[in-house]
This record gives sequence, C-alpha cells and structure tokens, in this order.
Amino acid sequence: MSSKTNPSSPPSPPPPCASEEVYAAFLEGVTREYVLKGETVRALRGVDLAVPEGDYVAIMGASGSGKSTLLNLLGCLDRPTKGRILLGRDDVTSLDDWHLSEIRATRIGFVFQSYNLIPQLTVIENIEVPLFYQTNHRVNQAESRQRCIHLAEMVGLKERLNHRPTQLSGGQQQRVAIARSLVNDPYFILADEPTGNLDSVTTNEILELLDKLNDEGRTIILVTHEDDVGARSRRVVRLRDGLIESDHRRLPIPDTARRRAALQK
Amino acid sequence: MLWIRTLILGTKSLLLHPLRSLLTVLGIFIGVASVIWLLAIGEGISKQAQEQIESLGADNIIVRSIKPPNEVLSQNSQGRGMQIPQYGLTREDFDRLAETIPTVKQAIPVREIRQTFQKGRHQVDGRLVGCTPEYMEITKLTLLDGRFINEQDNEQARDYCVLGAKAAELLFPTEEPLGQLVRLGENYNYKVIGVMAERAPSAGIGGSFAAQDFSLDVYIPLNTLRVRIGDTVVIRRSGSFEGETVQLSQITLKIDSTDHVMETSELIKMLLKDHHKYEDYGVTVPLELLEQAKTTRMMFAIFMGMMAGISLVVGGIGIMNIMLATVTERTREIGIRRALGAKRQDIIRQFLIETIVLSVVGGGLGVLVGLTCRPMTVGAMALLRYANPDAINSLPAIIQEMKPIIVYWSIPLAFFISVLIGVIFGLYPAMRAAKMDPIEALRHE
Repeated sequence: MSSKTNPSSPPSPPPPCASEEVYAAFLEGVTREYVLKGETVRALRGVDLAVPEGDYVAIMGASGSGKSTLLNLLGCLDRPTKGRILLGRDDVTSLDDWHLSEIRATRIGFVFQSYNLIPQLTVIENIEVPLFYQTNHRVNQAESRQRCIHLAEMVGLKERLNHRPTQLSGGQQQRVAIARSLVNDPYFILADEPTGNLDSVTTNEILELLDKLNDEGRTIILVTHEDDVGARSRRVVRLRDGLIESDHRRLPIPDTARRRAALQK
Repeated sequence: MLWIRTLILGTKSLLLHPLRSLLTVLGIFIGVASVIWLLAIGEGISKQAQEQIESLGADNIIVRSIKPPNEVLSQNSQGRGMQIPQYGLTREDFDRLAETIPTVKQAIPVREIRQTFQKGRHQVDGRLVGCTPEYMEITKLTLLDGRFINEQDNEQARDYCVLGAKAAELLFPTEEPLGQLVRLGENYNYKVIGVMAERAPSAGIGGSFAAQDFSLDVYIPLNTLRVRIGDTVVIRRSGSFEGETVQLSQITLKIDSTDHVMETSELIKMLLKDHHKYEDYGVTVPLELLEQAKTTRMMFAIFMGMMAGISLVVGGIGIMNIMLATVTERTREIGIRRALGAKRQDIIRQFLIETIVLSVVGGGLGVLVGLTCRPMTVGAMALLRYANPDAINSLPAIIQEMKPIIVYWSIPLAFFISVLIGVIFGLYPAMRAAKMDPIEALRHE
C-alpha cells in the first residue's frame, strides 16, 4: 500500500565496480539522526563497515553506543540519514518500505533476544513465515515445506514440528528462530543478543549452533554486550557514541571456495 | 493461494479468543437477521394490506355518501324552521350510473342507518343495512344459519331480516332466532330469516376502507327499508332533533374489465359532479389504492431496511472496536511479521481478512436465522395468543393475521452489506496496524 512502484520490478542497484569485492554487508559513511522532542539525537555519526561473506562479526558496545541503530539499518528496518548501505549487490540505502520489506523477506535472517515466534503458529509454520512474504521469488509450497523440515532437523527439532512455541523451552524456541532465519538463504544472520534470555548451558548450545553455521559458510552478524559471546566470533567491532571505536579481527575468514562448496552441498 | 493461507491464519487467530470472536459476530448476526426479519414482516403487512384492497375488488368502484360539513349544509338549505339536511347519493344517481355508463356491469345499492334493535327486553344498538342479495357476495360474509335476503324479498319489500352474529347473540341469548320477530327502530317487527357467521372486524372489506364491524349489523331488503323507514331519519338527542335525508349510503359498481376502471372512475366523477352542488360523496377506486399501496410498500421496505441498517452499523462498530483492541494487543506480532518481510499490504490483508471472516460468519448465521422468520413469528404469535390473548386482540387485525414473507433479495443484500461492513470497519484498524513502525512494534511488550 505504501509503495506505488511496481512490486515486480525492484530497482536494480547500481552495480558496484567489477573489481570491487561483493560483501555480505557494506556500509559507507553511515549516519543516523533522530529528532526526539525537538532535539536531534545522532545515533550513528559516520560508520564504515565491510562484512565479507563467511565472516562472523560481533558488534559490541554499551547501551546508547548505537548498536541497535546499526542493527536496524543492517536489518533493513530503517534507512540511514546519510551514507550508503549495500547488502550483497543490493543498494538498500534509499529503498521504500515495500522494497525494504521484500529484502527482509528474501535476504535477511533475524534472530532476536526474545525469540519472537508467532504464538498461534506451529514450529514448522513459524519457520515458513519469511517465505510467505516473498513476492518476487515465490517457491512452491511442497518444496518450501520440505526445506523447512530440513532446517528444523538441522537445528535438532525434528520431533517437534507441530508444537507451538509455548510448548518449547527457551533454547528450543531460539533454535526455531535460527531455523527461520535460514529459510530464505540470507546474506547474513542478524542476531540481536540471541543468548540474552538463556542460561549458560543453553547459551553454549546456541553459540555452538551459530559456530557450526558459520563453519558451513553462513555470514553472521551478532549484536551483544557480553564478552563471552563476543569471544566466539572471528571479529569484534566495538561501538562508542555512534562511531566504531575498534575493529579487531580474531580469526581469518575461511576459504570462500570451500565454503561455497559446503553451501552447495 | 496467498488469500487462502491468510484466511486459514486469520481463522486460527480468531479461534484463539473464541468468546471474543463470538460476541463480535453476534453484532453482525443480529444486524443481518433483523434486516431479513424486518423486511419480511414489512412485506407480510403490506401483502396483507394489498390483499384487503384486492378483496374490495380490483374491478370495483365504490361510491359512498359523505356528510358535508355543517356550514356547507346550512348554506345550501332553503327551508325554514327545523331543517333536515339532505345530502348524498340519490336513486337518480344510481340509475344514471347503472344505465348511462356502458362499462358498468353491475351496480349494487346499499343504505345504512344507525338504529336500535329490540327483542323483548333485550336491546342492541347497531347498524341497519338495507341491501340487495348481492351484498353478501361483495362483503364476503358467510351465513351461519337460514338464508340471506333474496330477489323476491326485495321486490316485494318483505319484512324479513338477517342478523349479524353478535346482534343475534345479544337479542336471542337463549332462544333460536330463526323465525322470531325483531323490532327494528320504532316501527315494525321483522322476521328473522338468517344469521350471519362471526367474523373478525377488518379493514377495507365491503366497500369502505375503514375498519368495519359487521357483527352488530341487521340486514333487511333495500326496498323494505325504503318503504318502512324512508329516506329521512330523525334522531332525538337530549331534547333536540337531529335528522338527515339520505337516499343511498353506497353504490358498488362492478366494471367489465380492470382496464376500464380508471377511465370509468373519471366518468363517474364527472357525472356525479354535474348533479351535485357540493362534494357529498366520495369515490373509492381499489385499483388506485392498489397502485398507492405498492408505493407505500416500497417506502415501508426502505424504512424497515434503514432501521435494520442501523443495527448493522452498530455491529460494524463492534467489529471495529474489537479489531482496534486486537491490533494493539498484537503489536508485537505485527512487528515480528514486518521484520520477517511482511509488506504493509500483507498486514492490511491479514487484519482485513479477520474482520471479513467475522462479518461473513455473522452474516451467514444471520441469514440462516433470518430464514426461520416465518415459523418463528407465527409460533411466537401463537404462544402469545395462548399466554395473553387480550394483548393479541388489542393489536390491529392486520398485525394479528400478518405472516412474514421473506423478501428474497434481502438475503444477498443483507449478506453483501455485512461483508461490506466488515471491509469498511476493518479497514481502519488494519491500516493502523500496517502503519506501525516495525522497530517500535518489535519493542512493544
């Protein structure tokens, strides 16, 4: 309703130079300002960040550092005031609401702190939700159902396909959420404090699952304020007052070719 | 496909709160059922009215004497001293109408007088009707006992009378009335030759359009009335005399074909106008009334429909109210769906479908119950008649005998309106849901 443009033809992003490497996420001079009670709040004041495919980035920082704003921008829930954001080959900087939604449905995998499953749907139906909202790449239903079952198996919930979220433990719910985040084959999994509501044992299980996914070639961007969680990543980006304070690589990105092969399999 | 899945989802969401959904449905249900009921009842009543008009005979024209206002009478009277006003239809009128208009097939004259009937110490005030044998046919009265006045009775001006049901009962509480003598007015005794069957007073039968009670009537041959009583009737009332001279109270004219009724009625009016100084008669054309009744019926239907429409709107507001609450309650779900890629129109579709499901279910149930209108109303009337007969009897006859008739177009109409209401009243909550900022909605607890 918000979009007057023809939904079937998404604006083709300006193709990056052929020599330029394609990143899962690429931010350039991104600022975000809000007007709150007549005062301008500068949540991000110029962030440059390139997340290559296969990376596992932990974004850390105190509250008010701009973490959430960055997360919203990466998740296509918001648009920058200035700067440029590329996801893969899609320039999402100035897309309208309709096209941002389509990007979310097709190329972003959200994992939230409070799981955010839809209570009236079963496990399998919850995993399916993003596919339901894909307008341009519609998959046939049997195929997508098969895919969801496969993902549920992968996160270890094969036996609980028809359970409702309320019948599951926190860890199980978060597994469902992770399966859901993968259903649309996203550029990256965007995890916002995924272990914030979990005990240490379950936290470990979830982090192991994320490690495994990253090893298989999935790009993961994780927002956290816990150092233990950050320590599992390949790279830690610290934010402070809307700027990147430090960008520390801990582990190299695995070989792309091997990763692709793993993904194809 | 998309719509079917949304439909299934919407139904699931509604079933999460069965009682709430049920109550919301109830509003639309009552609205739709009342549209059908009110239209059916309206149709029943107007059909009844139409039948009554039809029973006057679509090929009849009824001319009645009407007493003009006193000023008109005194202006036109020439006599001195005690004046007895003279007005109304005359036997000359009758002859003219019967003989000069070729389309008039038959003319039936009637003369009515208020009179007191006596038998021994029993006394009844009623209406003395001088008539011809055809009278029974045009009034659709039936005999209980004996026979009605026949041609010979009238020609020979016999002193015979036929009693109305109640008159017979009051005058002869213990005896068999047939063959007995009754004193009508201040003169002669009349022999009872028949008794009429009881009939509920009802409107529009027998020529006049006003409700008539036939049970206190006494019928005598028209010629007998003329010979025994004459045209002038004097009534003593608290020391003064009051009287009037009327030759005929009513002439019912049967026209050879309904196609000629309208022209003939014009002709009759012209003819009467030429011979009357002032309007002391009224011409009733049932066919004309029938046309009017059709218009009235339409108006009635629209009026009833509007009343029922109000209840539909109230139902719609109920839906809107619930949907607004639902949207607020499900803010977080909306946020999740938006984050997972739902477009604004997906959210609108989702909530709109829920309201449409509510209104379609309500509408469907309303139609089902609407269809039971006739047996339910008839049953309720019967029950009420059993429990409280006085209440029923105090109702107008037209309502007492009314049977609802379901107007078939009212069913799709009511159903369509209920869906329309679902869309109209669902649109605003749905748009509100779609307009929410996904970030804010996700944060909502």
